[in-house]
Amino acid sequence: MTALATQQLIDLSYIAAVIGFILALKWLSSPVTALRGVLIGEIACGVAVLATLFDPQVTHYKWIIIGLIIGAAIGIPLGLVKMTAVPQRTALSHAFGALSAALIGIGEYYVGTAHLTKFEMLEIGLEVIIGSLTFTGSLIAAGKLQEILPQHPITYKGQNVVSLSTLGAAVVIMLILMAHPEYTHLFQAMIVVALLFGVMLVTPIGGADMPTVISLLNSYAGFSAALLGFVLNSKVLVVAGALDGASGFILSVIMCKAMNRSFTNVLFGAFGQVQVSAGKVAEGRTVRSASPEEAAGILAAANKVVIVPGYGMAVAQAQHKVRELFDGLTKRGVDVKFGIHPVAGRMPGHMNVLLAEADIPYDKMLDMDEINGDFPQTDVALVIGANDVTNPAARTDHSSPIFGMPILEVDKARTVMVIKRSMGAGFAGIENPLYYLDKTLMLFGDAKNFVGAIVRELAGGHE
Amino acid sequence: MPADFVSNLFVFILAAFLGFELIKRVSPLLHTPLMSLTNALDAIVLVAAIIIAGRHETKLSTVLGLIAVAASFSNMVGGFLITDRMLHMFRAAKAKK
Repeated sequence: MTALATQQLIDLSYIAAVIGFILALKWLSSPVTALRGVLIGEIACGVAVLATLFDPQVTHYKWIIIGLIIGAAIGIPLGLVKMTAVPQRTALSHAFGALSAALIGIGEYYVGTAHLTKFEMLEIGLEVIIGSLTFTGSLIAAGKLQEILPQHPITYKGQNVVSLSTLGAAVVIMLILMAHPEYTHLFQAMIVVALLFGVMLVTPIGGADMPTVISLLNSYAGFSAALLGFVLNSKVLVVAGALDGASGFILSVIMCKAMNRSFTNVLFGAFGQVQVSAGKVAEGRTVRSASPEEAAGILAAANKVVIVPGYGMAVAQAQHKVRELFDGLTKRGVDVKFGIHPVAGRMPGHMNVLLAEADIPYDKMLDMDEINGDFPQTDVALVIGANDVTNPAARTDHSSPIFGMPILEVDKARTVMVIKRSMGAGFAGIENPLYYLDKTLMLFGDAKNFVGAIVRELAGGHE
Repeated sequence: MPADFVSNLFVFILAAFLGFELIKRVSPLLHTPLMSLTNALDAIVLVAAIIIAGRHETKLSTVLGLIAVAASFSNMVGGFLITDRMLHMFRAAKAKK
């Protein structure tokens, strides 16, 4: 086969891959067709990779094969992690994606240093800056999620000024390089500064803001791949990067809305700044607590129960006990549904995956907009390990730092039960007036043990 | 502006808008699998990594290519694997029992 014919076949395989990517995302819209989407995505990637191996530019296979073996050795274990580790796995994969895009951009720079045009230098510079900052930013995020690094936000005075100047420095170096691409030391300096900025971008962010950050890093990783497509003039990369970038961008916007943050607020890394104001401390107000027996009695007598899970459920690994509770109540004819806030957990859709893992049918999981209308007709809202997303102050108290944040309106249910370790406040240190309502019962204890105790009561109790 | 840039920008804009339309339709139920799937698809940068690692220009570019092949292939394999595992867990009530 002539080189030209080979090249055309490779291009055709890339077009086929792009069709596969689009179908994969289209079929992901519903759980019924989603698995088909994964399959077509796998075929698309397989076809493109196989065709590339026949590219006439590829003359040596040794390092490719070694790279593939190392990749498989890292990728397979990362594909088999426990569901509770999915957020940190995802952050790590953003890091890998950004790393490979950045390294290829760096390679292109060194190959073409002598004859780079201003425009090519601009493309490479932007690509390498975004790739590098996404790499370190994602590593920090993964470290926080894995709890190797402190989960609380690390902030200092003038942080935004320092961070933005760092980013500015990287951009200035890139502008100089456009005039003098041969200054390889400056190029190296630019990479270091961008890596540093990635660290500065994510360190000030607390655990509860992770859904937004992960989505944002997702979109950066995607856009760095798209930019690499510009650098290499590769349409398949442009399309894949644009799709991934768009996905991360949409998720970031959804997360921002769900936390009532502006997008600029998030883009410039000003996360976690809410924690300063403590909110009103309730004085002299009392809470009512209840035992597992009482809780089981109330739940068994209910017609309609909505369970609201939060990160606390994930931490306590309570999802399997929650499934037992779901089964026990369903058997008694109680209508049980799950109300899931977009930012519950550590990444978008986190709660759904944990509940699905525990074998809870997905048609029982409703998102905030779907479930909120149901609360007035709900007998019991059972909150497990969620706090701020149920805080009615977001609706009523103008002085509250979370005022305006959309919440799950559990306070409209006839009875509210909250499983919680203690009366400690949520991530933002905000007092939750929900706990002091007359209709609220506090169930103090570990989520897993408490739900387990309710399940036992339900099984053993005779009406 | 170079002609290549213009045609790439053209493709980028179309793909980004198509992406917005497609992803808007993905149920919040599947946002975690969405992220892992797009991540696996994004690992298609592997095709560029293969060329850098295989064309054997300089020692530096081969090393960069090798790491890029490993990093992107691990995303591809791991991303598809975990997306597949997650989606297998999502069951409708009727399918159960």
